Amino acid sequence: MPVERLEGFQAGKTADEAEEDVRRGILLTSLDRAVGWARKQSMWPVTFGLACCAIEMMATGAARYDLSRWGMELFRASPRQADLMIVAGRVSQKMGPVLRQIYDQMPEPKWVISMGVCASAGGMFTNYAIVQGVDTIVPVDVYVPGCPPRPEMLMFGILTLQEKVRSQGRFR
Amino acid sequence: MELATRVRERLPETIVARDEVTSVVAREDLVEVLGSLREDPELAFDLLSSLTATDWPGRSPRFWLSYELYSVAHRHRLRLKVGVDEDDPRAPSVTALYPTADWHERETYDFYGVRFDGHPDLRRILLPDDWEGHPLRKTEELGGVDTRFKGASVPPVDRRT
Amino acid sequence: MARDLDAMDPNATGEPRQETMVINMGPQHPSTHGVLRLLLELDGETVVSCRPIIGYLHTGIEKNCEYRTWQQGVTFVTRADYLSPFLNELAYCLAVERLMGVEAPPRAQVLRVLFSEMNRIASHLVWLATSGMELGAVSIMLFGFRERELLLDIFEMATGLRMNHAYIRIGGVVMDLPPGATEKIVSFLDILPGRIREYESLLATNPIWVERNSGVGVLSAEDAIALGVTGPALRAAGISKDVRKDEPYSGYETYEFEVATGDSADCFARFEIRLEEMRQSLGIIQQCLDRLEEPGPVMVEDPKVRWPAQLEVGPDGIGNSPAYVKHIMEVSMEALIHHFKMVTEGVKVPGGEVYQPVESPRGELGMYVVSDGEHRPYRVRIRDPSFVNLQAVPRMVEGSLVADAIAVIASLDPVMGGADR
Repeated sequence: MPVERLEGFQAGKTADEAEEDVRRGILLTSLDRAVGWARKQSMWPVTFGLACCAIEMMATGAARYDLSRWGMELFRASPRQADLMIVAGRVSQKMGPVLRQIYDQMPEPKWVISMGVCASAGGMFTNYAIVQGVDTIVPVDVYVPGCPPRPEMLMFGILTLQEKVRSQGRFR
Repeated sequence: MELATRVRERLPETIVARDEVTSVVAREDLVEVLGSLREDPELAFDLLSSLTATDWPGRSPRFWLSYELYSVAHRHRLRLKVGVDEDDPRAPSVTALYPTADWHERETYDFYGVRFDGHPDLRRILLPDDWEGHPLRKTEELGGVDTRFKGASVPPVDRRT
Repeated sequence: MARDLDAMDPNATGEPRQETMVINMGPQHPSTHGVLRLLLELDGETVVSCRPIIGYLHTGIEKNCEYRTWQQGVTFVTRADYLSPFLNELAYCLAVERLMGVEAPPRAQVLRVLFSEMNRIASHLVWLATSGMELGAVSIMLFGFRERELLLDIFEMATGLRMNHAYIRIGGVVMDLPPGATEKIVSFLDILPGRIREYESLLATNPIWVERNSGVGVLSAEDAIALGVTGPALRAAGISKDVRKDEPYSGYETYEFEVATGDSADCFARFEIRLEEMRQSLGIIQQCLDRLEEPGPVMVEDPKVRWPAQLEVGPDGIGNSPAYVKHIMEVSMEALIHHFKMVTEGVKVPGGEVYQPVESPRGELGMYVVSDGEHRPYRVRIRDPSFVNLQAVPRMVEGSLVADAIAVIASLDPVMGGADR
């Protein structure tokens, strides 16, 4: 019996192969969910604070708005040990290659939060010196607007990212 | 004010405006004038606060350097202005007298293209090393890309009509 | 059979090799304050040469100001040295007011002093937090930011923003203190002296802190003046230079406070000076609160200068007061036209140039403003203390250990937003 009714990734397979996939999928779904949960609960950001947003990021990690509630108080200096990059602040033309290099040095899986309007879209500085949005350099998962965004706004961005990570535990 | 009188003895082109003393100095006399201003015990300008340039395209000389001098002992300020031509954008470096001028001169070179003769290491400081152009000149545009949102597009400030 | 590596090398001379290692510190580094890059040449652990490379946060603020109106310049300038936004705004507005020949009303001047001093304390708290963390005292990071949150609450109450407020404007300040702010400031003044004593007791006699800071990064007075260094680094060498005392602005000559100086010219002296500056700022804030008991206008009356709208706290935060909006939309056409012109075109500033210095937490912050008589600035140059102070880093670091380089930079307290603008 042809299996066109199943999802896209199963089109073009024989019935036996599709059934094997479905059975494996049920097992992997639970594993997916576990992996997604584990990934989101203990993300380690790399220190990439650039300008004013960096101060608000530090304030978010400090005592009043505590980031360690979500397992993120440990900002790793080395990108090899981090899986989240919060680009906090305006990225100048000189800093662009550095940003890309740090992003490349991070191992998979990795995510990027672009914090503040300067990182998301160039902000108020539509001029020669600022990269107009870091999504021209690195792929961004969550954009947090604001100049600078309040700690609560950054926390909302982080929780949105965590939702995305949890539902996206790709283990196939 | 007495500062203006004393300065006018050396530099005839001195004006007082808004409680500030400003003197115009020729490019060739700059280093000598600065040295004498520093050695004079009544003036004693030993701190160079700021050194920058302003671009007046259309005037001659085009670039006007301004040196903000301050005396720690006497607590008075003086501004020296030096005109630099567009065809020969060079000025003497004062790093031998005021080591702090090092980065100020590099920044002025970076932004305006004014070269300082005698500077130990004249290269760009704030912009990437391979940047072309001198952005703060009035003839250079602001740069940046159009801001696009939901089908509409707004150009950067200097290109808006 | 183990063989000596040198014995295998045909070019070996049998003498130990002397090589220096070139190491790049930054721009992404947890211990440099922001995006500062240091090119260090090391001989073992000793720094042979050190070159700071800046420009990784260059924002083009000065060029951008030339294409915006005079009032919009405040929002750009405030983001230069992002840890002392009020002081950037104050220097800019004082410079423009001098060009226009306008003076802010007395109550506005008191408010300017009040917020500048609170900004000084906030900036020193961030310095304390980050320096402590960089040198290993991680708890100080949380203490410093905890105190800073109290100040940010007050800022948010008065200006609507925690950072980068556009509060000090040409002609005065944009809004008077809302009800409840004075009580909050008073309670802050009660809390902070005890906390500063706590920091002093935690750090000033701590042997590790003393070892890492005493005798480190010595910069003599002649070197400091030659290199243009101002602020706590110059005062640590014994020179009592403070713009608030030497060239007073905004009424500072009427306040009683002392300028803290040290004599050992090292990082420890700068630490002590900054703690003392925090205490002196508390005294100035108390004097400001006493003067704020008399009411008065906070913006000049001249309609060609003042910001046309009145702001007030509404249900969704600070915004245009509904009464003012009703006035311009329904009552008076002239008021609407005037508001429109002032907001889009802005004020017209007579031609001239002015250099206005203020005392920022890092040193002398100067604003060199040139006008050609138009609605836009012709040239705005921010003489930032961090830009100049960083030139002294090679002088202080060469010859000492790598770990001392971190202590030196922490004690200079550079903010790269100001250094790069």
